[in-house]
Amino acid sequence: MTKQSAATEALTAPHTLSYTYKRSLGAVMSGFFTALRDRRLLGVKRRDGKVLFPAREYDPDTSEAIDELVEVGPMGVVRSWAWVAKPRRQQPLARPFAYALVQLDGADTPFLHVVDAGSEAKMATGMCVRARWADETKGAIDDFVFEPA
Amino acid sequence: MSPSEAEKTNQPVTVLACPISLDYAYSAGQSASRFLRAIAEGKLLGQRCPVDGRVYFPSRGACPMHGVTFGDDAVELSDKGTIVTFSIVRVPSQNIALPLPYITVNVLLDGADTILIHVLDAKLEDVHMGMRVQAVWKPKEEWTTSTANILYFRPIDEPDAKYESYKEHI
Amino acid sequence: MREVAVVGFTQSPSVRREPDRNEIEILIPVIQALREQTGLSSKDFDFICSGSSDYLAGQSFAFVSGLDAVGAWPPVCESHVEMDGAWALYEAWVKIQMGYADTALVYGFGKPSMGDLPLTMALQLDPYTMMPLWPDAISIAGLQARHCLDAGLLRAEDMAAAAVRDRANAKNNPNAQVKGDFSVQQILAEPFLVNPLRKSDCAPISDGASAIVLAAGDRAKQLSDRPAWIRGIEHICEPMDLGIRDLGRSRSSEIAARKAGVSNDKIDVAELSAPFTHQEILVERALGLSQKTKVNPSGGALAGNPLMAVGLSRIGECATRIWSGEADRAVAHATSGPCLQQNLVCVLEGN
Ligand SMILES: [Zn+2]
Repeated sequence: MTKQSAATEALTAPHTLSYTYKRSLGAVMSGFFTALRDRRLLGVKRRDGKVLFPAREYDPDTSEAIDELVEVGPMGVVRSWAWVAKPRRQQPLARPFAYALVQLDGADTPFLHVVDAGSEAKMATGMCVRARWADETKGAIDDFVFEPA
Repeated sequence: MSPSEAEKTNQPVTVLACPISLDYAYSAGQSASRFLRAIAEGKLLGQRCPVDGRVYFPSRGACPMHGVTFGDDAVELSDKGTIVTFSIVRVPSQNIALPLPYITVNVLLDGADTILIHVLDAKLEDVHMGMRVQAVWKPKEEWTTSTANILYFRPIDEPDAKYESYKEHI
Repeated sequence: MREVAVVGFTQSPSVRREPDRNEIEILIPVIQALREQTGLSSKDFDFICSGSSDYLAGQSFAFVSGLDAVGAWPPVCESHVEMDGAWALYEAWVKIQMGYADTALVYGFGKPSMGDLPLTMALQLDPYTMMPLWPDAISIAGLQARHCLDAGLLRAEDMAAAAVRDRANAKNNPNAQVKGDFSVQQILAEPFLVNPLRKSDCAPISDGASAIVLAAGDRAKQLSDRPAWIRGIEHICEPMDLGIRDLGRSRSSEIAARKAGVSNDKIDVAELSAPFTHQEILVERALGLSQKTKVNPSGGALAGNPLMAVGLSRIGECATRIWSGEADRAVAHATSGPCLQQNLVCVLEGN
């Protein structure tokens, strides 16, 4: 028998957990992401005429299938924001930025995205922002960020 | 602004790549740390269940049958054992020290009551249940706190173990 | 409906980082203490259910080894939720209601200190349109807090006051992680962590575990002189999209509270699992608590936040106060998802 003292410091090792998930898109979300690749923002119209952005396959209130895609933006209004002073390596910008709820012109609901404002002082609820597209778009939600308009 | 490569294809986007990458400082805990520190010195440590006396190797700190802690007492085991069962592998895998095809084995180390899954360096036609084997270690100067210190097992010149001695582990 | 009660509760201390023990080693003494408290062995549990997260553990199917702490031989009737243990308790309660069990062991455990918790929480978001932006949990909560501040629903002083109250209450809780005497002014003087949230607006990151025993009817009376009877339990979920929810109130908590019968009688004690100060205020409002209710006598989630166990511990903290006679009627709350997306409300009574 080997007697070991209690509460020795446990061994630790750096460990990066990675998964290379590829997700299939149905017809509606394929239309949404294809439009992003082509630098267009598409919401989806509900039966009551309200427009959701990002597009969704179902009306969140009635569960009806919905598929009428309509163009919105590229201008929008910041409804709320949180300032990230120290971005993490995974996050979309290496410099400080804001996560924001942005309501695009023509959409009835705000959605989560990123505002590249340069400094916290430039952020305000109600401010106008405009989508700025990446040089290379791929059909993904990070093909653009917002900047103050 | 010129169209991107993806745009030029003009094909609809039907698949979204969603890579996930998270960084951890993984913690082994008390039991695995004790085990790994010992293996860095060429020792194989198991732990004994206080309820029925069975020796678990490797130990995860508690008896999975009785749900009781093993505490701090450890049992040093031999690096010799008996093949309980085996399989021939013909598909490639990572981090295996043997060329294809190779043999995976369940080894019951002498003094242990749980099996260890490892690989065996032997002729395919020779491997059999009850075969006596011993660990082949890396050169001592390459030992770290890793189970990879043991490269593989190799047959030794001892008579086969009796079926009764390992039948409950099949 | 069968009468079901909480008859046992144990928990580990909440600590910022367990240097020595892994998840299972944190859990083992908690389960052992519960056996001693109730006099039950693992064989006495008709059903076992746990809550944990493989993403916290950094390995898939990590929850399976949690059973090492219980002992699963001969084979046991067992289930797991990738949620807080409070939802595991709900599953066990349903199992007992259906007559498949008279006793159940429920536990939750987590060791978030191994990873970057706020970032790990991004993985619970919509994988198509939200998660690829890697919004951390503090930023997501910050969007809700600013909405509430801008709309005049609460003030930064109110948020700070929630932290002050919980930390003062936690001075009596040996398992709490963040405790002591603070002032609103002191907290408002802190720099922003993620504007509009200060560090004191956020629950700590805690490693820990907790466990509960449920028992039905006469079995509960054998095991406890004064069982904490579950007289109402419900969990309600809202959509994930932040833009289509009312972030200024917790509708799902309101509905769960109504269905659990919170307002049917006075509530002596409430234990809330809201991980941000503004969320604690929203939940308190949603439950419709009066001035007479003692809120978070343990300090709540803001004083100790062992993820995947923190909600279960709120139920346990309420039960403890019913066993002792300190409370006759208590309400526990647990939450899951971004910005109070899903909420569980559990009403416990001593009589
Ligand atoms: Zn045992």
